Amino acid sequence: MAERLVIDPITRIEGHLRIELETEGGKIVKAWSETTQFRGLEEIVQGRDPRDVWAFVQRICGVCTSVHAIASIVAVENAIGSNPPEQARLIRDMVLASQEVQDHVIHFYHLHALDFVDVTQAAKADPQAAVDFARAIGSTWKGNTLERMTQVRDTVQGILDSGQLSVFTGGYWGHPDYRLPPEANLMAVAHYLDALEFQRSMIRIGTVFGGKNPHPNFLVGGMACSIDPGHTESINQVQVDQIGVWVAESLEFVKACYVPDALAIAGVYKDYFDIGAAQDNYLAVGMAGATFGGDPAESKWTSGHTVIKPGVIFDGDLGTVHPFDPQKIEEWVHSAWYSYEGGDIGLKPSVGETTVAYTGPKPPYEWLGDSEEYTWCKAPRYDGRAVQVGPLARVVLAYAQGHERTVEIVDAALAQLGITPAQLNSTGGRILARAVECLTSAEILAETTFPTFVKNLKGGDIDVFDPTRWEPGSWAPEASGMSFVEVARGNLSHWVTIKDGKVARYQAVVPTTWLAGGRDASGQQGPYEESLAGDGQHPLSDPARPLEPLRTIHSFDPCMSCAVHVLESNGRGSWAVEA
Amino acid sequence: MTYRLDGWQDSTLGQNLARAGVSRRDFLAYCGVLAGIFAVGAGARPARAEEVADKLAAVTKPNVVWLQLQECTGCMESTLRSGGTTVEEVVLNLLSVNYNELVMAAAGDAANQALAETNAQDHILVVNGSIPTKDGGIYCTIGGESAEEVLLKSAEKATAILAVGACAVWGSVQASKPNPTGAVGVDQIIRDKPVINVAGCPPIGEVITATVSYILTHDALPKTDAEGRPLFAYEQRIHDSCPRRAHFDAGQYVRSFDDDGARAGWCLYEVGCKGPSTFSPCPIFQWNLHTSWPIGAGHPCIGCTEKDFFDRFTPFYQVLPNVKGLGVEATAAQIGWGLVGATVAGVGVHAGLTAVRRAAGRKADAAQPLAAFGDGPPPSGEDGCACGGGCGAAPPPKGGPVPLASPTASGNSKSQPGDQAEERGR
Repeated sequence: MAERLVIDPITRIEGHLRIELETEGGKIVKAWSETTQFRGLEEIVQGRDPRDVWAFVQRICGVCTSVHAIASIVAVENAIGSNPPEQARLIRDMVLASQEVQDHVIHFYHLHALDFVDVTQAAKADPQAAVDFARAIGSTWKGNTLERMTQVRDTVQGILDSGQLSVFTGGYWGHPDYRLPPEANLMAVAHYLDALEFQRSMIRIGTVFGGKNPHPNFLVGGMACSIDPGHTESINQVQVDQIGVWVAESLEFVKACYVPDALAIAGVYKDYFDIGAAQDNYLAVGMAGATFGGDPAESKWTSGHTVIKPGVIFDGDLGTVHPFDPQKIEEWVHSAWYSYEGGDIGLKPSVGETTVAYTGPKPPYEWLGDSEEYTWCKAPRYDGRAVQVGPLARVVLAYAQGHERTVEIVDAALAQLGITPAQLNSTGGRILARAVECLTSAEILAETTFPTFVKNLKGGDIDVFDPTRWEPGSWAPEASGMSFVEVARGNLSHWVTIKDGKVARYQAVVPTTWLAGGRDASGQQGPYEESLAGDGQHPLSDPARPLEPLRTIHSFDPCMSCAVHVLESNGRGSWAVEA
Repeated sequence: MTYRLDGWQDSTLGQNLARAGVSRRDFLAYCGVLAGIFAVGAGARPARAEEVADKLAAVTKPNVVWLQLQECTGCMESTLRSGGTTVEEVVLNLLSVNYNELVMAAAGDAANQALAETNAQDHILVVNGSIPTKDGGIYCTIGGESAEEVLLKSAEKATAILAVGACAVWGSVQASKPNPTGAVGVDQIIRDKPVINVAGCPPIGEVITATVSYILTHDALPKTDAEGRPLFAYEQRIHDSCPRRAHFDAGQYVRSFDDDGARAGWCLYEVGCKGPSTFSPCPIFQWNLHTSWPIGAGHPCIGCTEKDFFDRFTPFYQVLPNVKGLGVEATAAQIGWGLVGATVAGVGVHAGLTAVRRAAGRKADAAQPLAAFGDGPPPSGEDGCACGGGCGAAPPPKGGPVPLASPTASGNSKSQPGDQAEERGR
């Protein structure tokens, strides 16, 4: 007899996600991924000045800050024929890279680690043992000192003694499946705190160029931040030197702290390379940070991230990388609270519809999964198939295409962990892939993007704005554009149609939508659901403390505000609410 | 100085600091910094470091419920980026944040239990995100409950309520036309208690944390303007403290991005800067460890601390309406003052105090015209304010320098449409 379990809220994610499960004998047999927030931004950008829209869509998400703004700007530039100078594009690349590194670090330490690390055990650790443990796993992080470990242990002890556990209140402490020894827990908590400090520092790359973070400012046609070395109020050598420091800091933290920690945790929880498999299909248009205006296949712009070609892998066949075709993307609303004019079909983003048709219960409610519709998230499919996007997809694509550095890091990790490439499709594989990608991204930033920017600067290349297409009078009466960007959580695309200087249609297909969407008309589950209930073997030992499914859901790095924005301003939006 | 509070073992911060080896002298130095922050824009007698130290050292750890409703998590990200000095960590360690979805360890039932237990005690309530009011609350649910229900439950025993970020203050992007989900700010739902509005999309991280530490230090809510924004951070217009102001006065404007004027750091007014109508400490506190700020990075201010900025300040790259053609100083003086009406929220908020619950509500009205932005009537009110009268703002003297807003409520006894509670908490 199946037992039912609701996990709502799923915490340590962006936004609002509810998971409903049916379990039998300690295994998950059914799962529903339910997105419980809708903001209706699709109607809001309609009729706006296309040069303003980046600021609206930037607010789709504050965790993935910048990425929607850049995707929007690139789509608009593609539509109006604007050509931002190379330096402006390099600046955007640097901002994207810093966002991605920060995002992965925050995700690992602050959103995911507490599924594996028992904070309360850190108080029992011998600080010297924590230093030794760090050394043993190859962590060369400068914070691995006896003094620091002692301090952190005392801090944890103090919090426990106070009886006020703050953000650790109600955690599943003492759960038998917390497997790390006390010294590893202590080291992890120390790095949790160090990571906070690290990210505060390195995100300033976005602040220098965009003036604030989160939500830096961007500009259609380039960047607003002039980079004239001869002016005080311009970005000059002072900021370039600072950025050099932060870029180096980023690489150091990822290399010395994040990657060894991720490998160590993956090693202790090695069975998670056999848990949490989703569909063995992967889609990416390049490595993290790859940005294209228009069809990626036709783009002339290259960067450190475009060495990997856009592609799709089906059924885990790493030997065959299919060319990526944007026309094969369709979105389904079978399980979502929307309706299409044409019925229960898939629609291409270019002709998408967002008609609210809420059939769910009026809150408060207990259970949603008995209905066919149970979420605000659409379900995108590529060539009819659910696919995985994100770090795992990109690393698999890079590995399949023989990207030298990726192959080197992945092979070393596989050897260390004693697993096969096929096992990457798992909860553990997503953790590993995110760390691998964070390292290659930090390296590309430090070794290619930033040095190229500086070299250009030295050569007198200081233009950051294309003024020729700024005025709406220079645009065609009707124009369409699209962009594809590989952002922290996966493949992001924005589409825009501009008529008479105003936005006539706007749409985005977002990484978390690919992953968090529900069932389609053929009964195919979304990747979250498949990862939990695909094989009926996902463990859940104690429904009151659902640690195991949290590990798997968190491995996707959910970003729910992104998932449900579905920007479409085709003037056909309507509302039908039966609550 | 780098001290860390090695845990909370004694009952007060002062005792804990002493145990951690923090000298009174160093603590005073830090409190001096805090006092400086609080004094910025506060206008009134700046707090002395000793006063701040005495109050701060005596507090115990207040419980906090930190909700995230209909929003993008940018405000939590900004909070994470606040800071720098390790003594600030001490201030953060003062709180026991028992419920916050982004960072808390527990999920599902365990999280809901932590919330229910904290809701049952005195606590500080911080809210990120708006409340979608249409269609019975279906557009944002948490634990199966509507965002409004979640908010009401948490507000019941709250001793202080902070609406942090544009969504919590007025609804922000999702409340922009046509506001499909009926999104509103916290003070549209909670009308029987004062709500401190920490404005911005997102607010500066340090302003978020300083609002909390202000409450702990002063044992009172900060003084606010008519919009509920703490004066210590939102008293001045960007334009008043903009380092590019001299270029505005001299008529040196950026005409096109990355032109010679842009590279020389001239005024961004003509490419759409909303600094003259925007009350925000960006040029003073700056962002991310004092690294830069929007205008400093060459982009015009989009006015994100102002209500309805996505509708009233767009197109972003267009010059502020109804301003062009006025004399330079007249321009600066005419715009922006519609919002300034100093009010006082002098109520005790220490955990256990109940003054807040007795306080009269601050009536907030989303339809309040923002005449200062040029889309309302011209300055004609009897008090000379651009609001058309009645906002309580000190009238800008004609032809003379523009004064700061009145720092106290003492001179504002006339009724205010945006605030009927000048005596609240008394």
